[in-house]
Amino acid sequence: MTLVFVIAYVLLGGGALMALVRLALGPSLLDRVVATDTLLVIIAAGLAVYAALERDPTVVPVLVVVSLLAFVGSVSVARYVGGMLVRSDDDGQDVGLPLAAEEREARRQEEDR
Amino acid sequence: MSGIDSVEDVVAVVFLLAGAFLCLTAGLGLLRFPDVLARMHAGTKPQVLGVLLVMVGGAIRLNGWSATWMLLLVAAFQLLTAPVSAHMISRVAYRRRHVRRDLLLVDELRTGETQDRVRRGDEPADAPPEEPAQALVESRREDDGGAFGQES
Repeated sequence: MTLVFVIAYVLLGGGALMALVRLALGPSLLDRVVATDTLLVIIAAGLAVYAALERDPTVVPVLVVVSLLAFVGSVSVARYVGGMLVRSDDDGQDVGLPLAAEEREARRQEEDR
Repeated sequence: MSGIDSVEDVVAVVFLLAGAFLCLTAGLGLLRFPDVLARMHAGTKPQVLGVLLVMVGGAIRLNGWSATWMLLLVAAFQLLTAPVSAHMISRVAYRRRHVRRDLLLVDELRTGETQDRVRRGDEPADAPPEEPAQALVESRREDDGGAFGQES
């Protein structure tokens, strides 16, 4: 029994740890959104595994809250990022942020030179 | 606290371990895949199948109807909400060009020429412009053409 406990928690903890690493590294905002979504799902799965292994149904209502929170969070951040879009003139496709900070810095240095 | 006594418990524990294993694969995929869409492909594995497996395992092991209905509710929520959020995130990711186009085989949304060599800001950091000097010239030409119209 303890072996099952250890295996389940090691699998869940490994997944959560790697999602956390992606959350910290994640080069863009959307990578972080995806990592947060996955992390919340792993937390929900961990709560359910705990409840099942201990036969302890008191944490089951928390699962509903966590799963709804994951949805609301990721959708609202996606809407927010979508509001930052700029539509380009020529091909009608959306382009990213207007200008990167590093690029502005590079241009300023080149003008000074 | 209780041990594994019967066949049902064995089945439940197998379901739980399968769900936990899917969570591990999601973490691995998140860490190793190259761009937002591929990471989402990995990250949504436990969102549907993993959660369903864990819920089935929990419902077998927590014998009581209230817990079972609650777990069923969670599974239904996941099935309803996971496609919606994945759709929104992937749409924004494509429009913001967080996509490694050099790795795509089919790109049905592509219209006309797009210049990925131009650094546009919040791009994936592992997809840098191939020639930075060329990218600078190109992006300056875009500015002169009034594509952004915010500089000068």
